[in-house]
Amino acid sequence: MGIIRNIFYMIGKYVLLMSRVFARPQKDKVFRRQLMIEIDSLGVDSLGIVAIISVFMGAVVAIQTAYNIDSPWVPTYTVGFTTRQSIILEFSPTIVSLILAGKVGSRIAGEIGTMRVTEQIDALDIMGINSANYLILPKIVAAMVIFPVLVSLSMFLGVFGGYLAAVIKGVISGPNYIFGIQSWFIPYEIFYSLTKTVVFAFIITSVSGFYGYFAHGGALEVGRASTKAVVQSSILIILFNLIITQLMLQ
Amino acid sequence: MIEIRDIYKAFGSKQVLENIDLVFDRGKTNLIIGQSGSGKTVLMKCLVGLLEVDSGDILFDGSSISAMNYNQRKSLRQEIGMLFQGSALFDSMTVEENVMFPLTMFTNKSFEEKLDRVNFCLKRVDLNNVNKLFPAEISGGMKKRVAIARAIALNPKYLFCDEPNSGLDPLTSIVIDNLIREITKEFQMTTVINTHDMNSVIEIGEKIAFLYHGKLWWQGSNEEILVTNNREINDFVYATELTRRLKK
Repeated sequence: MGIIRNIFYMIGKYVLLMSRVFARPQKDKVFRRQLMIEIDSLGVDSLGIVAIISVFMGAVVAIQTAYNIDSPWVPTYTVGFTTRQSIILEFSPTIVSLILAGKVGSRIAGEIGTMRVTEQIDALDIMGINSANYLILPKIVAAMVIFPVLVSLSMFLGVFGGYLAAVIKGVISGPNYIFGIQSWFIPYEIFYSLTKTVVFAFIITSVSGFYGYFAHGGALEVGRASTKAVVQSSILIILFNLIITQLMLQ
Repeated sequence: MIEIRDIYKAFGSKQVLENIDLVFDRGKTNLIIGQSGSGKTVLMKCLVGLLEVDSGDILFDGSSISAMNYNQRKSLRQEIGMLFQGSALFDSMTVEENVMFPLTMFTNKSFEEKLDRVNFCLKRVDLNNVNKLFPAEISGGMKKRVAIARAIALNPKYLFCDEPNSGLDPLTSIVIDNLIREITKEFQMTTVINTHDMNSVIEIGEKIAFLYHGKLWWQGSNEEILVTNNREINDFVYATELTRRLKK
């Protein structure tokens, strides 16, 4: 009973925080500047890790697919097709979002949590600034804008990584792989993936902001808040992955 | 002037503030003192609006805070400057950006006008050539000065200081105390300082409120506090060997 009550308490607290976050910013000019800073720190700074993981994961998917195709009746371009489907439908939106939950989520919770325990958030409140709106809204908007860009890039690099691995390893020719990735392409699947990404971006930034905003104590509690932010974001990503997939891929 | 009328504050079943009636005068350095856990910080948080009182009222120049709507409270907060125990400077911003921050958020001044005001405030707290430094690059005493500069940037009517001397050496503490007193007189602010530093009490305590177990136990000036016969006050003031010897 206590756990259920605690869950509802946390949900209520989260909703109340979000109602403060989604308010009109004190100054539009300041908000735009904050937004650009966040796009840079949440998105541009994550380019490297997203690129590396995408290329290698695409390569692994291609090699594993080739390894599992024993039958001569299965055409070799299936490697390209399967790699594209895995990357677009699941790997790029979900796995990259899980990785970003770790990188970006811990950063947000750590940053806002430290501001809380060093009274910087109190300073904002006393000045009459809506601290939740000032600190969290630019992060949410920035992530919802930049994560789809990162995921689109990840899709391209993942498929490209698969191409490199397949061709270098000699399991399939280049033209065959390209034929495979062009086969039965449904543009709606990109829309589905990017929709998932936007939802995941909101989850990562709002949940991490929530844990950071309500951190209290000292360095230990800020560390705990970061860990909780990553764990809860990851669980919610998995849960919403199922819900969105059920709703959009019927 | 700030008037506190019969305020009560409890956390659950724990009564933290009880029946507090106080007046803080304009142009004076008003001190709240007391042992740790006596309710000083809670009282300060109630005054600046970070906590709501359970009953009673707080009046800022006659305007009751409980009768204010959201916008009126927001306007009031722009007339409040606060100096935090740990300075609470934004560590992602330079000293200049920190002091400029309230001006950016609440005024439509041009950058040059804001910079003029920033330089005036920094000069007023005796800081030069630190504009482009980050908080991590300056000393504790300098951080306090920057925090004071930020607090006075909007020319507030009320200045609240939470343990302004915490973590500072005695000489720097005196400098910060004197700075607060000078600024209070110069800008005719109502200054409320939360402290348990006896040097501050003696140096700048024009009006002192002593809290004991959440109650207003005694109030008076820095001269009166040294001669009072109140046992709890004497236990607090003469807690150290040094002050006991000085008394003798």
